[in-house]
Amino acid sequence: MASKVRQKRIAQLISHEKRLDGRELTDYREVQLETGLIERAEGSARVRLGKTEVLVGVKFEMGEPFPDTPNEGVLTVNAELVPLASPTFEPGPPDERSIELARVVDRGIRESKAIATDELVIEPGKKVFVVFVDVYVLNHDGNLIDASSLAALAALLNTKMFNYEVKEGEVKIKPGYKPLPIRNYPIAVTLAKFNDKLVVDPGLDEEEVMDARLTITVEKDGKICAIQKGGYGHFTAEQVVEASKIARQKSEEQRKLVVKE
Amino acid sequence: MSQKKPEKLIDENDIRLDGRKFNEMRPTKIEVGILANADGSAYIEQGKNKILAAVYGPRETHPKHLALPDRALLRSRYHMAPFSVQERKSPAPSRRELELSKVIRESLEPSIFTEYYPRTSIDLFIEVLQADGGTRCAGITVASVALADAGIPMRDLISACAAGKVEGRLVLDLTDVEDKAGEADMPLAYQPSANAITLLQMDGMLTGEEFEQAVNLAMEGCKQVSQIQKDALRAKYTVAKEGEGEKEETEEGEEE
Amino acid sequence: MPVFYERRQLVTPGDLLAENDYVPGENTHKENGKIYATRVGLVNYEDKRVYVVALKSFYEPLIGDTVIGKVVEVTLGGWVTDIRAPYLAMLRASDALERPFKPQKDDLPSLFDVGDLLIAKIVAYDRTRDPLLTVLERGMGKITRGQIMEITPAKIPRVIGKQGSMVTMIKQETGCQITIGQNGRILISGKSPEDERLAVMAIRKIEQEAHTTGLTDRVTEMLKKEKGNKEVKENVTEETGKTD
Repeated sequence: MASKVRQKRIAQLISHEKRLDGRELTDYREVQLETGLIERAEGSARVRLGKTEVLVGVKFEMGEPFPDTPNEGVLTVNAELVPLASPTFEPGPPDERSIELARVVDRGIRESKAIATDELVIEPGKKVFVVFVDVYVLNHDGNLIDASSLAALAALLNTKMFNYEVKEGEVKIKPGYKPLPIRNYPIAVTLAKFNDKLVVDPGLDEEEVMDARLTITVEKDGKICAIQKGGYGHFTAEQVVEASKIARQKSEEQRKLVVKE
Repeated sequence: MSQKKPEKLIDENDIRLDGRKFNEMRPTKIEVGILANADGSAYIEQGKNKILAAVYGPRETHPKHLALPDRALLRSRYHMAPFSVQERKSPAPSRRELELSKVIRESLEPSIFTEYYPRTSIDLFIEVLQADGGTRCAGITVASVALADAGIPMRDLISACAAGKVEGRLVLDLTDVEDKAGEADMPLAYQPSANAITLLQMDGMLTGEEFEQAVNLAMEGCKQVSQIQKDALRAKYTVAKEGEGEKEETEEGEEE
Repeated sequence: MPVFYERRQLVTPGDLLAENDYVPGENTHKENGKIYATRVGLVNYEDKRVYVVALKSFYEPLIGDTVIGKVVEVTLGGWVTDIRAPYLAMLRASDALERPFKPQKDDLPSLFDVGDLLIAKIVAYDRTRDPLLTVLERGMGKITRGQIMEITPAKIPRVIGKQGSMVTMIKQETGCQITIGQNGRILISGKSPEDERLAVMAIRKIEQEAHTTGLTDRVTEMLKKEKGNKEVKENVTEETGKTD
């Protein structure tokens, strides 16, 4: 945890619209993206957002659809705050932080209908593909949500499904692969509030000082598909609307890093 | 055993399934101090939602190592009873309940003067006895009243209400059916005296303009909720005031 | 004049009470020049001071207060005591024995054991540690007879009355000894359970009507009336109401 002196300095700088690492208030840290690094997974991607590092693996299983969506595949997102990623992460069952992280990443993908789940049906009402998106946080230096969402999207875009046919009620694998059908590209943008200032992509030391954070997930046409406020402070209505405008703008830039048009 | 989706959620006169207009909240009633053991408690009925909130504290923190040196630790638990929903829900805390416990805590803590009671804990329990959409908002609303009933000093009461989009129209206070079949649901919690939003979540799809309108709509709902909260607290303590006038009272003529 | 309520109106947390040159008193807080209520209670304005008399609150320890505590644990050096506050209080052996504490010789539980009630005084308390008690003053120590009542601490001043007028009147009318703990516990010790019941009745009435005027006279009248009835029922056995 940063010292009180450092925390004060960060707050002071931001009130003068400057940041400790020299970034503008609306700048993201540098993103390094690598895909396909885990061959055992059907899809994978690693994002380094500054020093925050998240690895996402996508795996398939076959299973039953949910009763109220018999003709759709299933998506499930899990996140693990791996203990080696931070002195504050402890081994054990998922705590509220990892659950919130997983559910926010999930919301972006699900609500934007990024995965064409209707194309994941093997036998209508009986058998579908279950897509497991596992978020693995390897180093925590702030803004896990944006890093994880970016990595999850990249991993899904990297995901290959095996070709198959259904013969006599059994799934037979055929040679070759096809990409997982993706229809949307949700990007999560997190802003931190410091009094009356909004700051994009807070680093860990900024997170320790901020009043609160607001994550706005934007899909490819600029619509908002998920929002999550976190932290103990608050936002005014004006700040919330301003944040949504900044998020929509920044999401376009970030999307270009993952989706090559 | 899932519910059948109704044909239309909003009719040609812009009236919703339960007879409400787009900006109308469900009928809401709050009772204060209904649990004998808790330091503070309250109960809310909002449409079909039935939710109980109880507060214990400030009290010694157990386990001790969790105590904070400079303020009280607020712990909150949002939980749904197995019989509260259409299909019985397992009593074990689900991921959703854990996430909601977190965001609810974060929505209420800004209003509490936790710095007055270092090393103690304030434990808040929200039990959903019957659910029909918007339970985290109703939960925050009733929890805030329970905190006031416990005599815990607060900057303000926090009121919460959800706005959303159903069949293309922005509406206030969605029921479960409206949430499931609609295009967006956006719970919001508000601290009126500071013009502060302390909880904001959304799932669904909204354009930038729709989002801004939804925020304003939800805040309007919160202002109505705030009045209901204040009235409920006043009602509890006004019963005790029965018989009092503005002037000095004379001794004789007083009924026991 | 920037005040927004009349005196003795019921306010709730977040209600804007006054602005600018007013001074925030009990159960209020000032932010950006505005004074808000922090608890449910009756607002009052005195000169330039605005405060709220809380209708529901819990006891917050104050150095010098007399409290009635219940021993919950006996430790190596003293007794952990529940004083109905957010913090447990500590009574060290040295603040209970008139001579130096000898661990080998002095058996603490034989002096006060778990469950015992004590009249004590708070001698130390700050943000970094739990309150410290002493029983080394006159009238303090283990309670051996009488009954204990618990009321909301906010109402204690009313039970005492102006310069003790209320409690003195109750003592006179009921013949009971009454020790008032600032922490909302009251010890009533009378010559008979019937006398104690009268005192309990009186205090309950005060608790319920604490915010009204003319209370002292109404309580006096009630006691006199009850005592009149008592004479009639002298030969009939009756159940006395139980209080903690």
